[in-house]
Amino acid sequence: MNANNAIVLLIALPLFSSAILLLSGRKSDKWGHLLATAVSATTFVIGVYEFFQMHSRPSTDRPLTQKLFEWISVGGFQVDASLLLDQLSICFVLLITGVGTLIHIYSIEYMSHDHNRRRFFAYLNLFIAAMLLLVLGDSYLNLYVGWEGVGLASYLLIGFWNQKPAYATAAKKAFVANRVGDVGLSLAIMIAFTQFGTVTFAGVKAGAPHASPAALTALGAMLLLAAAGKSAQFPLQSWLGDAMAGPTPVSALIHAATMVTAGVYLITRSNFVFDASPTAQAMVVTVGAITLLFGAIIGTAKDDIKKALAASTMSQIGYMILATGLGPIGYAFAILHLLTHGFFKAGMFLGAGSVMHGMDDEVNMRRYGGLAKAMPITAVTFSLGYLAILGVPPFAGFYSKDKIIETALNAGGAKGILLGGATLLGAAITAFYMTRVIVLTFTGAKRWDSKAHPHESPILMWLPMAILAIGSVASGFLLSSGSALVNWLQPIVNAGHHEHNEELLKPAVVSSLALGLVLVGVLTAVFKYRTVPVDAPTKVSIFTTAARKDLYQDSFNEAVLMHPGQKLTTGLVYTDEQVIDGTVRGVGSSLSIISTAMRKIQNGYVRSYALVMVLGVLALVTTIWLVTL
Amino acid sequence: MDISNYLYLSAALFTIGAVGVVVRRNAIVVFMCVELMLNAANLAFVTFSRLNGNLDGQVASFFTMVVAACEVVIGLAIIVTIFRSRRSASVDDASLLKR
Repeated sequence: MNANNAIVLLIALPLFSSAILLLSGRKSDKWGHLLATAVSATTFVIGVYEFFQMHSRPSTDRPLTQKLFEWISVGGFQVDASLLLDQLSICFVLLITGVGTLIHIYSIEYMSHDHNRRRFFAYLNLFIAAMLLLVLGDSYLNLYVGWEGVGLASYLLIGFWNQKPAYATAAKKAFVANRVGDVGLSLAIMIAFTQFGTVTFAGVKAGAPHASPAALTALGAMLLLAAAGKSAQFPLQSWLGDAMAGPTPVSALIHAATMVTAGVYLITRSNFVFDASPTAQAMVVTVGAITLLFGAIIGTAKDDIKKALAASTMSQIGYMILATGLGPIGYAFAILHLLTHGFFKAGMFLGAGSVMHGMDDEVNMRRYGGLAKAMPITAVTFSLGYLAILGVPPFAGFYSKDKIIETALNAGGAKGILLGGATLLGAAITAFYMTRVIVLTFTGAKRWDSKAHPHESPILMWLPMAILAIGSVASGFLLSSGSALVNWLQPIVNAGHHEHNEELLKPAVVSSLALGLVLVGVLTAVFKYRTVPVDAPTKVSIFTTAARKDLYQDSFNEAVLMHPGQKLTTGLVYTDEQVIDGTVRGVGSSLSIISTAMRKIQNGYVRSYALVMVLGVLALVTTIWLVTL
Repeated sequence: MDISNYLYLSAALFTIGAVGVVVRRNAIVVFMCVELMLNAANLAFVTFSRLNGNLDGQVASFFTMVVAACEVVIGLAIIVTIFRSRRSASVDDASLLKR
């Protein structure tokens, strides 16, 4: 096995295992989860092997490609199914397979009481395969296959407990919202083909400097739409909260660590498009800034622990998207934040799962309280993730989030102040809602009823949490010491060649400012939630009501998109049934009426036929006679 | 004698035959009326042949006779069969075509 041929195994193994588990039925119930976990671990080992192989090569030789087969060959349109493993892909491969394997291990225990556990693991492996295809494809079309694959896996897993109609609806909602984004991606592929005649990343990169600004802006806007759909960014973010209907490991893997960050990958991968189009970049930072505040505000009002974390995910991905809009240096920081976020958010989701596991699937944080004593390991690992997301030094978030805030502030002029202000405000709100989660869940008085018996989860569950917690502590330092990740990604995103703006604030000042705001957020939350009523207060300010209702995004979607859409469909159905079907039926029934009348002529009496014949001949002869006269 | 009288006779015979076909119910009578119409046509053919001074009309009348002979054979056979199965030679009774 050499490094080049092993790439396909990354995708083939989990895909194959998924097929085995889905096709073999109940026979594989006993060992299905073990196979899936082993396969996931194998892909991680291959990923690590590839990483060290890549690391040992000089930086120009690092990307590897593997052509699988000629996929489409129509006239001037040539697409090969081929894989590209470069410095950017390998980061994702390690994140997906690493976090994925931990979550496989966790799920063995978490799903042990579910008699469909094998199917769950089959979907997880399907997801791993699709996500790896997404990050390993060497063209937009190959990426698109993986993109749809993760959408499918996400749909299947959100609706895993589809016996509950609400969960099935949540899955559908996620699917439909993603579809809107997918339209963006397919349009982007079409634009790329018409402009550059190719859809490979390399081809588009080569053509981008010669393309018209309008085409690049359109391409960037469509890519951004795709990213917004997949990464739950404004205005397509409404599905993520409902996606928490899926089992918690799914929320950790797909809706926190990997799939929802695919949008960040897409934009980073297409850096040559965005670098060449300032308009597209402005759109990206706008979407990122709006979403990071949007998500943070929603997070402050959610009582469902998973929905609070989902809102936080939305907000953190907003940070990443914002960073990708900040030019070459931003990409590296976006990826840095993506990786650290993968650790701490997955860890916190698993922690939430552990709490739910011990509390009989109760998700309302108002019914938790004082769980630190009952679940010490969960409390510690969760808190480490909490410190990481807050950006407290030396935890991971400090290295990634502060860099984004710093880069945003230094973007220059009013833009820098606006974006920097948004990121700082976001950091403060993040501190508030995350402290709220911690306070409501782990500290304070017990608010659960006597039926619940909170207990620590078994080792298969807390071990992945512990490993992710270590990642939340150390990954930021490791990845950014000596600008390791920035240098690593430099050939992909051109990070070395960024122009230096006048620094608005010194890094130390930015960090202090951010930490100060975080402290304000923390203290506000601690002060506000000294006592927590078990039932959510109903008399609240309009802001709280708005935040509880996801800032009316659903209401907006329903009023502006859903209801007119339904009216349109009703109208079309009416037109179809009444006008089109009516015409067809009218033709049929009028023919029937005419033939009923005509049938009377056919009375079966030979003599009347003869009479008609005689009269007809007479008429004919008379006519001829008259005409020739 | 004016040769067109033959044509008048032919037309009269044809009309009698046609009226007979339409008004009579008995299949045998209808059949005879058909023969009458055929012979009226033959008379017309022969008359025209005489008028034009060639034999085309004569030849056509021979053909008509041959056809009429065949028709008589088949037609009578059908009438006999119908009579056997229905005990009636009325053409109105055999009005099953409309069903």
